[in-house]
Amino acid sequence: MTPQLAILTALFAPLAGALVTLALPRRRAAFVVGAVALALSLAAAIGLVVATAGGAVHALHAGNWPAPFGIVLVADGFSALMLAVCQLVTLAAFVSAAWTLPARFHRRHLVPLVQLLAFGTCGAFLTGDLFNLYVWFEVLLLSSFALMSILPGREARAGTWRYVVINLVSSLLFLTAAGLIYGKTGSLNFADLRLRLVDADSAFLVESSAALLFGAFAIKAALVPLAFWLPASYPLLPPALGALFAGLLTKVGLYALYRVGTMVFGFDGDFPHRGVLFAVALLTMIAGVLGAIGQSGMRGILSFHIISQVGYMALALALFSPLAIAAGIFYLVHHIVVKANLFLVTGLVEERAGSSELNRVGGLLHASPLLALAFAVPALSLAGLPPLSGFFAKFALLRSSLDLGDTLAATAIVVVGVLTLFSMLKIWRGAFWGEPRAALPGRTPPAVGISSACLAAVTLAIGLACGPVFGLAESAANSLLDPAAYLDAVLGSANPVMP
Amino acid sequence: MEILVALTIGLLVAAGIHRLLGAGRINLLVGLILLSQAANLTIFASGGLRHDAPALIDGTTEPAVMADPLPQALVLTAIVIGFGILAFLLALILRSTSK
Repeated sequence: MTPQLAILTALFAPLAGALVTLALPRRRAAFVVGAVALALSLAAAIGLVVATAGGAVHALHAGNWPAPFGIVLVADGFSALMLAVCQLVTLAAFVSAAWTLPARFHRRHLVPLVQLLAFGTCGAFLTGDLFNLYVWFEVLLLSSFALMSILPGREARAGTWRYVVINLVSSLLFLTAAGLIYGKTGSLNFADLRLRLVDADSAFLVESSAALLFGAFAIKAALVPLAFWLPASYPLLPPALGALFAGLLTKVGLYALYRVGTMVFGFDGDFPHRGVLFAVALLTMIAGVLGAIGQSGMRGILSFHIISQVGYMALALALFSPLAIAAGIFYLVHHIVVKANLFLVTGLVEERAGSSELNRVGGLLHASPLLALAFAVPALSLAGLPPLSGFFAKFALLRSSLDLGDTLAATAIVVVGVLTLFSMLKIWRGAFWGEPRAALPGRTPPAVGISSACLAAVTLAIGLACGPVFGLAESAANSLLDPAAYLDAVLGSANPVMP
Repeated sequence: MEILVALTIGLLVAAGIHRLLGAGRINLLVGLILLSQAANLTIFASGGLRHDAPALIDGTTEPAVMADPLPQALVLTAIVIGFGILAFLLALILRSTSK
């Protein structure tokens, strides 16, 4: 299979899945087709990771149009890695959601919507063009809006509105920025933009459009002070969908920040507004972790921890050394798996105990030790304990900040890590220790258990095989900071010539 | 011409934000529509405003006197997406008021 075919498979398998499942009336058939489509996309994404491992970049010029003019899909180390992890998490969340959610969700097209969400994320990772990135964002946002609007109840509707409006405002900022950048440079292709921005004469226009872009991505990635829509909407989702949203949506925003901050605007170890991003990242880490302390339900605590962890990854970008970017990419990979898994476990707890509010459950350790183990692995990884993946992510980030002599960042990394551990212990004490507060009504659905166990195994594997995975992250970081191979694949000899 | 368009964009943004901050969901909707029109106009203006210059490539017209076709294509895409989102939001409003 050529890499170009793998790109097409990864992108279009979910779209085909959406179209077919839309036509299938039976729930079980739709479930099987959806899972097969996502698995196919995941397999293609893993193939792309292998194909790009040595720093190779593969571009697909749609319709054989040459690059700055036609649509181009690019798989480099970073996008392939993100694609594989996101498809893995989507598959796990899809299996759990399609298996456990009530008929109401299926009547309102849960399966095709998840497929379209996966389609949008794939497109966002693979596109090599700023305007197409906007279109892919809209694809995945609209599917997420539709998923969210299924939720019943007044409170859920209010949360949906908050989520919809803030995301639309961010899209409009993005669109305006794309327009301004086109007006300034005459191009929207990432590779072409980099070449044109190298010798841009007016710093003002570059910085203003960069500010708009970063603002738009910061809303999507949930960076404080633009993050408070997240804890207002995510806890309303059933955990299986929460896993999907937590794993994918803010991370696509971070992906865009990384891609644009390094490859398009990043020259000579700097990009516009790096100091602002640094301050915002620290603020995000601290505000997120402090917000979690005030929460009493697992959903709420985990939602605030998304914010705090996003801060870590933004901090890695703001430090902007090769090691820091590699640490950030490794952190993204680790975090997507772990955070989605924590939401899946929340779903298991809710099925087993009827609630995930910490004052209403308890004693789950005795009732089901396996469930406790399923929580312990991702929770300890999130807090950063060895030998799990989170430890190496935090360690690499700490190392890079110390290398740069940045004690402020290093202190924040350690302190927020300790506070994260505190939150995880709070869940542990509330839900798993002690005596059961009420009879445990439910049973844990096996499909969710298996998905969660698979993700936990991946977390362990990333931790144990830290060397090779970090190697992938390093090569991805190199291709972002020195995109010679990327430019060559998009604009160079592989580029078709105008007829 | 540029000044007129720039002023219009500013006015649209101001009105949009004003409505966005108002109470009620219809206000939110109108605010978002106004803001998206402002974004569309920005893209449109970014290609350079020209009078009597078609964006057609027929092989004989000098490129210098043609309008840039790309911003027009981008605006078209953005309008379609904006329209889809508008329809979705209207459906959302309808559903939350009908029950």
